Amino acid sequence: MKYLGLIWSNLKRKKLRTVLTLLSIFVAFLLFGFLFAIKDAFGAGVKMADADRLIVRHKVSFIQPLPVSYGARIGQVPGVQDVTHLTWFGGIYQDPKNFFASMPVDQDQFFVLYPEYTLPPDQLYHWKKTRNGAIVGRSLADRKTLNWKVGDIVPITSPIWGQPANQPAWNFEICGIFDTTKKSADTSTLYFRYDYFDEARTRGKGEVGWYTIRIAKNAAPEAVAKKIDEQFANSPYETKTETEAAMMTGFAQQMGDIGAILIAVLSAVFFTILLVAGNTMSQSVRERTEEIGVLKAIGFSGTLVLLLVLAESCVIALLAGLAGLGVAWMLLAIKNPVAQWFPVLQVPDEAMMLGAVLALGLGIATGVLPACYALRLRTAAALRRNG
Amino acid sequence: MSTADSSLVRIRDVTKTFHRGSEDIHVLSSLDLTVAKGEFLALMGPSGSGKSTLLNLIGGLDRPTHGSVEIGGQRIDQLTERDLAAWRAEHVGFVFQFYNLMPVLTAERNVELPLLLTHLSKSQRRQHAGNALKAVGLSHRLKHYPRTLSGGEQQRVGIARAIVSDPTILLCDEPTGDLDRKSGDEILTLLQTLNQEQGKTIIMVTHDPHASIRASRTVHLDKGQLATTAPE
Repeated sequence: MKYLGLIWSNLKRKKLRTVLTLLSIFVAFLLFGFLFAIKDAFGAGVKMADADRLIVRHKVSFIQPLPVSYGARIGQVPGVQDVTHLTWFGGIYQDPKNFFASMPVDQDQFFVLYPEYTLPPDQLYHWKKTRNGAIVGRSLADRKTLNWKVGDIVPITSPIWGQPANQPAWNFEICGIFDTTKKSADTSTLYFRYDYFDEARTRGKGEVGWYTIRIAKNAAPEAVAKKIDEQFANSPYETKTETEAAMMTGFAQQMGDIGAILIAVLSAVFFTILLVAGNTMSQSVRERTEEIGVLKAIGFSGTLVLLLVLAESCVIALLAGLAGLGVAWMLLAIKNPVAQWFPVLQVPDEAMMLGAVLALGLGIATGVLPACYALRLRTAAALRRNG
Repeated sequence: MSTADSSLVRIRDVTKTFHRGSEDIHVLSSLDLTVAKGEFLALMGPSGSGKSTLLNLIGGLDRPTHGSVEIGGQRIDQLTERDLAAWRAEHVGFVFQFYNLMPVLTAERNVELPLLLTHLSKSQRRQHAGNALKAVGLSHRLKHYPRTLSGGEQQRVGIARAIVSDPTILLCDEPTGDLDRKSGDEILTLLQTLNQEQGKTIIMVTHDPHASIRASRTVHLDKGQLATTAPE
């Protein structure tokens, strides 16, 4: 600690250079935070996935529907404990910018399959009694452009299903606002009753998007999935059954390998920063050759001088790196600018820790060459430079 | 640091050769020198005569190619780099021609630097630094940065830094070389005072005969060998 003042004074030697170096590292870590938040958002579905849940969808594509009658048949497959269905609706409220996920569901089975969502009993009761009733997640209801409350009647349109017969929009009554018990779970969806939807829509009646099933405790997911798919083989609606996590992973990968893209971008950024900061540190230390000579002359050992230079580069990298990570975390905590696409956008804890380690690594990497230069510097030769 | 007699520095048959490419440059040749404890020795000689090299050997900044360097009974040419650094911190105070102060530190913190290597607390370090600056007449310049001090004042800070850890020996390399006559005289008076009143052993490299007369003994070097010794 007693050397901290010396390190700090050296950082203030050329303020502009230090500030520019700090800024370049800060921006790199800000980007690191944002990119990891996006990667995490792509993988949010996988995180939310329940190990006991399987998804049954059309074999050809996720957007191909399945008959609602499949529900009862799936329920009879050995190993299947509970079944429900969901259908993609894609709601827009007033303006296309106010787009959010919305789905018609079976109001009796939904919470059986998704116990991580919690709704007060009175609101659940009200929803089950209200044919055009809907429940919305907390983050969606609280969205500034919506600010929905229980009892509100909200007109929603769908780019897929259009309007209901003889009405300009789907008028849903908000019966409840649900929360979640899972930290990473999404509460930006609106769910409404399938019976109302099926009755009012003008096409596709009797069809659902996909089924979610819960398997019995001792059932093997692969075996259950195989039995379900075999049951519907060679029918007009062949199925593909997979775990919820596999389905979510496949869904995210439709956009490309986000992890690989992220690593490529960050590698380029950090390689550049390594060169910039490394060059700055080298320059800074070479300018101080005589001073390093003096330190050694008055008794600072080579190892101590090496550690002081390394500490200097680590302080720069950690200060700027942690600030960048902190600001990224704070900005996303204050406002999610792409809530309609990524309902849960936050810098994950693992990324914060990885970022801190990376900042330390960057400090060591940028400081190691100048530190070795300082270590090897012959005291008499360094002092002669001035003479 | 104890020796059987009063000699503090004993240099025996010291040779120092530098290699520049394929060429060997003999800077010091079979040199013998003894400096007594409490002595104020001036090392004079033309450029390239080996004065600074000899000073570096005595201060443990460099090692002889051949021969022995014994300070206070200890063969410093046989110490490891780490031990040598620790030895310098405890026993040697350096005063440089161009002061070599840290521009980013105040006078007080420049003087405090050698004390960072001790176990003293921050307040104790500051107190010692303050006392050293007071001894060189700069107690009113504690918080000043080197750039705001005159050349003479900067050299005083350099001397304060050299004496703050109460070293056994002060090694001064052209301490007045960058100063005007008046400031140079003040620095020499200060060194004389440290020698006479505090008993500091001082070895001073200088070109200036005016400076050398302040010393108790003058040694002339020429082509790496002792030429003459002025009367004591």
